[in-house]
Formats: sequence, structure tokens, C-alpha cells
Amino acid sequence: MEYIIESWDISKKFGDFTAVNSVNLKVPRNSVYGVLGPNGAGKTTLISMLCTILKPTSGRAEVNGYDIVKNAKEVRASIGIVFQSRALDDILTGREHLEMHAALYGVPMDLRNERIEEVLDLIALGDKADEFIKTYSGGMKRRLEIGRGLIHRPKVLFLDEPTLGLDPQTRENIWQYIRKLNQTEDITVLLTTHYMDEADKLCDEVAIINQGQIIRADSPQNLKRELKADTLTLTLDGGETFVEEIKKKEYVKEAYSLDGEIKLMVERGENLIPDVVNFATSQGYVINSIELEHPNLEDVFIKYTGCKISEEGK
Amino acid sequence: MAELEGIYTIWLRETKRYIRYRSRIITSVVSPMLWLIIFGTGLGAAIRFGDIEGGYQIFIYPGIIGQTILFTSIFSGVSVIIDRQYGFLKEILVAPLSRPSIVLGKSLGISTHALIQGVILLILSFVVGVSMTPMIFLASVFIIVLISSGLAGVGLTIASFTDSMEGFNLIMSFIVLPMFLLSGALFPITGLPTWLQAAVYVNPLTYGVDALRYIILGEAVLPLGINILVLIIFAIITISVSAILFSKKEQSLM
Repeated sequence: MEYIIESWDISKKFGDFTAVNSVNLKVPRNSVYGVLGPNGAGKTTLISMLCTILKPTSGRAEVNGYDIVKNAKEVRASIGIVFQSRALDDILTGREHLEMHAALYGVPMDLRNERIEEVLDLIALGDKADEFIKTYSGGMKRRLEIGRGLIHRPKVLFLDEPTLGLDPQTRENIWQYIRKLNQTEDITVLLTTHYMDEADKLCDEVAIINQGQIIRADSPQNLKRELKADTLTLTLDGGETFVEEIKKKEYVKEAYSLDGEIKLMVERGENLIPDVVNFATSQGYVINSIELEHPNLEDVFIKYTGCKISEEGK
Repeated sequence: MAELEGIYTIWLRETKRYIRYRSRIITSVVSPMLWLIIFGTGLGAAIRFGDIEGGYQIFIYPGIIGQTILFTSIFSGVSVIIDRQYGFLKEILVAPLSRPSIVLGKSLGISTHALIQGVILLILSFVVGVSMTPMIFLASVFIIVLISSGLAGVGLTIASFTDSMEGFNLIMSFIVLPMFLLSGALFPITGLPTWLQAAVYVNPLTYGVDALRYIILGEAVLPLGINILVLIIFAIITISVSAILFSKKEQSLM
């Protein structure tokens, strides 16, 4: 089984509103997979169906080889979920949350303490483990929730907006945990996000979703590459004439000089730097600096939807 | 086995929550004592009451135990709404555990709350001068568990229909208070006008109060067996209904 999550034309309607529209999702085993889209795009609805929280209106899906409707219980046993909203009890301690989760998911009694220690180690909750949740910071709560989702060694971990509302440093930490987890455990991570940088830095593959439909799904690199829009920024002496000369190169789609800098629009810019430098040298120009800029996922999103991701999905 | 442990886990969490909110235990013991000491003494002094030795105050003692169980059980059942608002219910509902087990764990937890309060009130029986023997104590505990199981089912059923605590006042006015007043906790249920009598006999709590009164004071309107039978049927029905509702409505509960 190549894909650990696979859906076939899965849809969810709420009355007249179609939240998820015929989505075919294919998540490779052991990947970190991102569902990227603006608020209201249908991300949470989609993963709620995959987590068996919501039943699809039509279509079907399998998680870890189990049908999400017919084998809901098996699906639940194979997944861990971290909800967008907090799902912790203030009056319990961190350790109690983990113990409770282990019991609910049927982790064998003799393994429990070991697993709990392992997870506590991973999420670095340290000596806060035996304190009440109400004394925890936002980042600690989120880490506890992620850790809790791991106690029963799920095959898939669902994270719905894992870093929503967290400060940059905590976000960075959470990303590290997710990465580490993905590398050390046999686990696939499916996360939803509306943060471009999160999808870009963290995910092996990204599905861009808008208005309930998957627009594109590929690795962030490929998605950006498809835009064919790397920018090479050069500074050199005698700029104006150089622009005319370099324009003759067929890989340069556009070239112009702006504020004393020369901008070249190219594809796969990283492979072209030597050629550009050689060309300049052979023509007698001296390059002072050269800088390569890749497009970001935001550009990809704009290309396919015509709007920015920070705007509500229209 | 996994289901049993699930039930135990949910019970354990309910119980921990209950014990850690100490203020709730204190208020739930203070208010029945106020009823007994102030209301019981006050009204008892104003009226000549029946043939029970000790009069009105002693007469309402089993009724006030019933009232405490009623308030605690319904409130604890309804507190599922709070779990839902905090998102904690989701964590339980996505676990690979059947809905009836979740409901059962919850209602056992609720019965435990009611039981703790009932036991405190039984221990305080000397305040109103009721004599307590181990036999009376154990039999009362049994009845308390029965009553609270049924009421927990009522609370959970209400919770499955309500999504915010704003409806709580409605629940108090339309369910909890009528059940309390119509249970015969404060007055004898014989010799009432027909309409009132009918309402009293429809109320399941009536049978609980009557059973407690028989056990504690040796006085009752109905045979103990009938009372126990009604309470068992009541508990089975309400817990089944809430289990079915939790299964059917699980999507809207998350």
C-alpha cells in the first residue's frame, strides 16, 4: 500500500453549502502532508471526515487501509488527532491526560508508563507533567496535545492548524517536533494550515485547497518550480547594456534594470548562476553580487486561485 | 475488556474532576443542611405534623437527600455541555470506544458524585436526630445509586440536545424544580387533589423519595419492591435513551 490515506470523490454538504467537493486525496506513507488553504476552504471538514468525526455526503476514503465509514473504529485506533481547538481538561495534569488517552486507546498496561515517559521526553514537558493544565502555556498545551496523539503509536497523526495562535519561537519548536517525529517513527503526518511558510518548510507534499476543492497537489518545490519564475538579482557595473545582451539568452524570460539592480526572470535559477557569471565575465562585465529568489507558495496560490491566501476563500 | 477499561477511565476522570472542585462538594452539602435546619425547623414549628416522632424536620430528611441527588445528578449530566465547549468531549468521542460505554462511564461517574453527597448527608443524620444503623445506611446507598443512575440519564439526554449553558435556567425551571416539588420531598403524597396526585406519580423521583423514607423512617406509601422496580426501569430507560442519542447525534456533539 503506497498511500496511507486515499479518498475517492469525497464530498461533504451542509444543506446547500458544499464544504468539500469531490476531493481525491492521496497521502504517501511516512510523509508529512499539508492541506493548505484559506480559512473556510474546507480543510477542517476534510480531515474531520478522515478522522471519522463527520460522515461524508458522498464518495469514500480509506485511512490505513480501513474504510472511514464502515470501519470507523479501526480507523480511530490507527490515528492520532490534534484538534484546532483545545481539547484539554484544566483540572487534570499533563500526565493524567496521557494516562487517560493510553487507557482509552487500549495501550497494554505494561507498556503504558514506558510510552508516557517516552512521549514526555519527546514533548519536553519535563517537570510540568504533574501540574494542572491550567498552569500551562499555549505552546505547552499544544505539545501535550501532540504528545497525547502519539501515545497509542498511531500510523497517521492528524494535526488541524497545529501552530495556530502560537508565537514564532513556539511554532519553530513544534515544527521541529513534527519533523523529528516523522524521521524517528513509522508515522504519517497530515496537517492543515493556512500558513505558507509552515507548508513550505514542513511538508513533503502539499495539497492546495480552495472552495472545497483540491486545486493542485505536489511537493512545495515542484509547485513553486511550475511557476517558472525564479528571480536572479545582479549588481554589476554597466548595467543597462548588460540587460540588452543577456536578453538574447533563451533562458531569460524577462530582464530589466531596477534601482541599479538587474532582475532576470528565469526557470531553475540555481542551475543558471554559473552560466550567467561566465557570460558576464566573457563580455567583460564584473558582477558584484548575485542573488537567487524562488517564488513562494503564496505566489502559487495566487496563480491558481487569483486571490491571496490571507483573504477568505471566495 | 477494552470497553470495560474505557468505562473505568471515563468514570475516573469524572470522579477526579468532582473531588478536585472542592467548593462544589461543600455547597452541595451546605444547601441541603439549610433546608433541613432552617426550612425544616421553621415550618415544623408552625405546623402540627403527622405521627412521625420529631415531626416535619425528620419527615423531609429523606426528601432532602433525594433533592441533593436530583440537583447533583442533573447538573453533572448537563456538565457534558461544558466538556463540549472546552472541546474535551471530542477527545473522548474520537477514541475507539463505543458510545454506550462512554455514556455508562459518565453515568457511573455521576452516580459517584451523588453517592458521595448522599453519604455525607447520611452521616449528618444525627443533626436532625434520625437514628442510623449500618443496615439503613447500606440500603440507602443502594437506593441513592439507583435514583442517581436514572437522573444521570436525564442529565445526559438534556446535554445531548443543548449546546450551551444558557439553557441551564430553563432546565432548572422546567425539569429540576418541578421534579423536586412533585416528589413528595416536602409533603406527604396522600390526600392530594387528583391533578397534583397524578403529577406526583408521574415523577420518578417520587418513588426514590418514598423508598428512602421507608428505609430511613419506616414509613412509605408504596411497597419498597414497587419503588425499586420503578427506579430500575427508570434508570434503564434514561441511560438507554442517552446512549442512543449519543450514538445518533455523535456528529453534532463534536
